[in-house]
Amino acid sequence: MSIDIPTICLTNIGPLITLSVAGLLLLLFDAFSGKAMKKAHFHQFSLVAVVIALLQTVWLWNRQTTDFSRMIYVDNFSFFFNVIFLLGTGISIILSVHYLENYRKNYGEYYALMLFAAVGMILMAAGGNLVIIFLGVEILSIPIYILSGLFREDLKSNEAALKYLLLGAFSSAFLLFGIAMLYGGTGTFYLADLAAFIKKSGMNGFTYVGMGLLIVGFGFKVSMAPFHMWTPDVYEGAPTSITAFMSVGTKAAAFAAFLRVFLEVFPTVRMEWDLLLWVAAVATMTVGNVTALAQTNIKRMLAYSSIAHAGYILVGLIAGNQLGATGILYYLLAYTIMNLGAFGVVIAVARKKDNYLNIYDYAGLGFQYPGLAAVMSVFLFSLVGMPPTAGFLGKFYLFSAAVEAGYIWLVIIAVINSLISVYYYLRITVIMYMQPAEADLGPVAMTPVVNATLIISALAVLLIGIFPGSIFQLAMNSVKIFGS
Amino acid sequence: MQIIFFLLAATALISGIMVVIQVNPVRSALFLVLNFFALAAIYLLANAQFIAAIQIIVYAGAIMVLFLFVIMLLNLRQPEEGGAHRHLGQKIFGSSLATAVIALVIYKVFRMIVPPGKPLTPDFGSTEMVAKSLFTDYLLPFEMTSILLLVAVVGAVILARSKVE
Repeated sequence: MSIDIPTICLTNIGPLITLSVAGLLLLLFDAFSGKAMKKAHFHQFSLVAVVIALLQTVWLWNRQTTDFSRMIYVDNFSFFFNVIFLLGTGISIILSVHYLENYRKNYGEYYALMLFAAVGMILMAAGGNLVIIFLGVEILSIPIYILSGLFREDLKSNEAALKYLLLGAFSSAFLLFGIAMLYGGTGTFYLADLAAFIKKSGMNGFTYVGMGLLIVGFGFKVSMAPFHMWTPDVYEGAPTSITAFMSVGTKAAAFAAFLRVFLEVFPTVRMEWDLLLWVAAVATMTVGNVTALAQTNIKRMLAYSSIAHAGYILVGLIAGNQLGATGILYYLLAYTIMNLGAFGVVIAVARKKDNYLNIYDYAGLGFQYPGLAAVMSVFLFSLVGMPPTAGFLGKFYLFSAAVEAGYIWLVIIAVINSLISVYYYLRITVIMYMQPAEADLGPVAMTPVVNATLIISALAVLLIGIFPGSIFQLAMNSVKIFGS
Repeated sequence: MQIIFFLLAATALISGIMVVIQVNPVRSALFLVLNFFALAAIYLLANAQFIAAIQIIVYAGAIMVLFLFVIMLLNLRQPEEGGAHRHLGQKIFGSSLATAVIALVIYKVFRMIVPPGKPLTPDFGSTEMVAKSLFTDYLLPFEMTSILLLVAVVGAVILARSKVE
């Protein structure tokens, strides 16, 4: 029997290889190295891996090809998302170090699992075959289930891990069933072939059921409204550094797969899924924002805010045009930076004895730590969507795409929701600057690296808000693959 | 052929439901074995001999034996009766909604025009063919599966290891 080995080019999966090998080396390093020197170097090692992967990604710019017998796409869309994922992973690693040392949980496995999760994200954005996308979902999710339960002696952390595992397994089953249905209806897993089949012979019952199940599966991962129930509990219980990581990583990766599958495979039946997503987007925004109003725990508040942001991004997906897709990419980049920044401040303020997670713990922060309060305010303003921050322009692109596509009412509801969100974000700013501290906050441990990261993130939020041109062009280039 | 398939499918479904509703964990596990055997037979009907054999050797054989051992070692007690009682309205609403969805899906499925399948190649389902596609077209998923398994192992070690430091 002769076997035709397909030609493969390993540079096309360079970032995947670097991250996987670095993860493996970290595990070995952790197991076999001496006790004294190892602790300090895990995060540096993993950061170096992330930077190398980023450089390899930059090397892949403007390649329009597929590899591994069309299993993965190497295009600007996956380039842009790779940058988001690696940026998110890198910032999360920097923010984790001090937090983990505080809790004596600075394990090598922690960083290895983060790198593996990044591998999963990259697969989800690059997948050209539903099998790869499903594998990506699992490789991303399993490390996060584990990391959510990292604090074994903390009941809330256990609850978060178990809840996320059970519901996540359930949603994976939906996703897999949807993939099976699509295979039954068309006889292929490849996105390009699926798109060609549906274009030629239209939808059949199998593909309709498959499409619906895919919406459920991806909707769970982005915390879309009827499937958002897990978000607040998991975000609250998980270690804060992991909450930060998953709030940006999982969401960006799931939206990458969502966007690619729906704009590539199902553009001809847009009317069908638009209506469904319209209702879901309105519910997501409203549930997220209205419930966030009542929260006093800052992690829960940010969890509901992340649900609301998923709703805004869905608005861009419903618009389904070039501007909408560009807006999603831009918004996800901005969201990654601003949300990680906000969580970074939460991590800096938290202490082992008392987590300082109540929003009233932030009273007087503006006087004691003016720098920290200032960067927090920048991130919060950006989350609200006030000019001149990146959050404002992201929302502007998303909403104007929806107006262009004729969804006026959706945009009106979205804007009303943004107005609601002003209350709970700015309440924290008000507490920080206008209320006297009830008790002395005590020393906030800040390392130069964390300081620099927070300041650079805040500056980045402002800069890409004031000069959006280059990022917008980049995002525009990245979504050219979707016709129409 | 048709009758055998539907018999096997019914066995798989019923045993699957029994896995969930059984109170005794050992019985649950045994129903899971039955489920795996029914699935293996369905694979056989679909001409996938290799997958069928693997299903029996790996799942019904190795994994279920481990499952049963763990259940016996843990010596699980029967859970007390009761627990959370759902509201009657909730029960009726939930079950009627579920019935409606199932009815809709069944209605749609039976009216569906199934696209013609492709003819099978003569060596379909053989070990060679599975191996060939694993190492050519499905090379990347195959390699990535190893990462997935590694992650699961690492996770089990982290969450289950005895107190450190």
